[in-house]
Amino acid sequence: MPTPIGKTFFIDPGRCIGCQACVQACSECDTHKGQSMIQLDFIDQLNSPQTVPVVCMHCTSPTCAEVCPADAIKVTDDGVVQTARKPRCIACNNCVLACPFGVPKMHTKMNLMMKCDMCYDRTSVDLKPMCASVCPSQALFYGTWAELEELRPRSRPVNSFQFGGQLIQTRVNMMIPSASLVEHIDVTAAMFEPTVGHDIFADILLDNINQEEPL
Amino acid sequence: MKSEVVKATLWGLLVTIGLAALVIIGSRNLSHFDAALVAYTFSILFATFGLTYRYSMWLQRPPTATYWKRGWQVFFKQGYRRLNFGNWFKWVTADIALNRFIWSRDILRGLAHGLIMWGCALAVTITFPLVFGWLHFETLPNNLEYYRTIVFGFPTFSFPVDSFIGFLLFHGLVWASFLVIAGVMLAMRRRMRDEGAAALQLFGEDILPLVLLFAISLTGLMLTASYTWMKGYAYDFLAILHAITVIFTFLWLPFGKFFHIFQRPAQIGVRFYKDIGQREEAAHCRRCGQPFTSRMHVEDLILVEQALGYHYEINNDTEHYQWICPPCRRAMFALAQGRLWQGQRGGIALDSDGHPSTPTPQFVNPAPGEGPLGKEDAQNFHP
Repeated sequence: MPTPIGKTFFIDPGRCIGCQACVQACSECDTHKGQSMIQLDFIDQLNSPQTVPVVCMHCTSPTCAEVCPADAIKVTDDGVVQTARKPRCIACNNCVLACPFGVPKMHTKMNLMMKCDMCYDRTSVDLKPMCASVCPSQALFYGTWAELEELRPRSRPVNSFQFGGQLIQTRVNMMIPSASLVEHIDVTAAMFEPTVGHDIFADILLDNINQEEPL
Repeated sequence: MKSEVVKATLWGLLVTIGLAALVIIGSRNLSHFDAALVAYTFSILFATFGLTYRYSMWLQRPPTATYWKRGWQVFFKQGYRRLNFGNWFKWVTADIALNRFIWSRDILRGLAHGLIMWGCALAVTITFPLVFGWLHFETLPNNLEYYRTIVFGFPTFSFPVDSFIGFLLFHGLVWASFLVIAGVMLAMRRRMRDEGAAALQLFGEDILPLVLLFAISLTGLMLTASYTWMKGYAYDFLAILHAITVIFTFLWLPFGKFFHIFQRPAQIGVRFYKDIGQREEAAHCRRCGQPFTSRMHVEDLILVEQALGYHYEINNDTEHYQWICPPCRRAMFALAQGRLWQGQRGGIALDSDGHPSTPTPQFVNPAPGEGPLGKEDAQNFHP
């Protein structure tokens, strides 16, 4: 059952409010009942409330599948990188350590790697993935390009990521400013970057205070 | 022809010829070989070639080759041998014999797999030696009421023909089929009712093996029913039908799901690799400084990725992206996006004095089922 043509997953960590709705909804998915596959992290809890939800980016050349000694990770014809096939996974941890986005989880007791499979039970019947269906800020968005363009005129999607000398293309898109000229997101260049946040006083309160009240 | 294909073909031929030689030796120059079972023998020989070929090709893949080599190295590593031998018995019992990890996945799944596995193991233990002429029964020269069991040409124990032991032995395949049919029913029920399974399963990979096992068991039982209660009604037809189902399964053995039977022991090697890795030097993340796995594992993965043609090398002190722990990778993913939005969403760099300048990621919700999925997962993600 292939996923519908034209529907795509878009991720925008900058919009995440850390509400955990995605975490809870993810564990409702039939393919991994009771276990959430969303990786939701505080980036720098001391300095910022910024959170990042990470789902599987469904790479076109998935490193996790390539480094799997048991050939347990399969890609569907429509490009969805599936979670480890249960009869094959030998719980070696290679995929967990090799994924450039830090996505897979290891359930040692079950001897099984588990990861986001874009809710294949839902997306293959034209439903949204659980996380995207509940995300209030739409940091996780699933829909058509036309819908996205209408909703996010200031953003544009990018699906190419640089890790050192390796460029990885993904099926899931990351939102960047439409004015930005970059063709791919250089992840390793941000290795020692500080957290980026909003200066609330400068941006919102002070602007409003200085603004003249309309008569 | 590629060198790995040549190697795999040679291994396949070697093992197949070795098995054929054992058939000749074990049946004492085919004197105990049952000619009626010759089709079974040749299908097993074909399956042996196919399985060895695929196994050899599988072992030559860079990640498998690395794990295979390292698995043996750590097993025989000085200082750990006694520990490893003890663990070998422990893990083979828990993982292979008892399937404890499958019971952890789901109780009904564990039960279904246990029934199918032990049913098949029992059937293979009985039929393969019979087919190869390694096992046959002879009446005692001085007592026709007794059978002697001849294994590989050597006489072993004797038992009365009309005894409970005799009944159990001669109906071994009936008991095996009961186990397999019960397991297949449970597995099929799950595949028909579970929405998660329905979304991912493939006919050839997941349904066909169950259909084949059911067909073998059912036609086998029909043979017993025919000669026991129906005076051999349709016995020849049933014998051919049974042979077709069994031979098709053997021929398909190297290509489908049943190959996992031969892959699964690799899990034991992985356990040694991870156990010894944990006792030795840890890898420290070159961004946050936290330990996250064994140094051996990171170094091996770098070699595997290079062999696969990946270029995750970084031109600074980090050297390779593999030295970055999974949580830091996720943090960098967000920080890279944040950099691009800086100034456009009113963003500024938060780098206050007194706090570490490198943001350290933490799970928002480390609760069971929501954060790490166990102790090893927590170590990977150093919460």
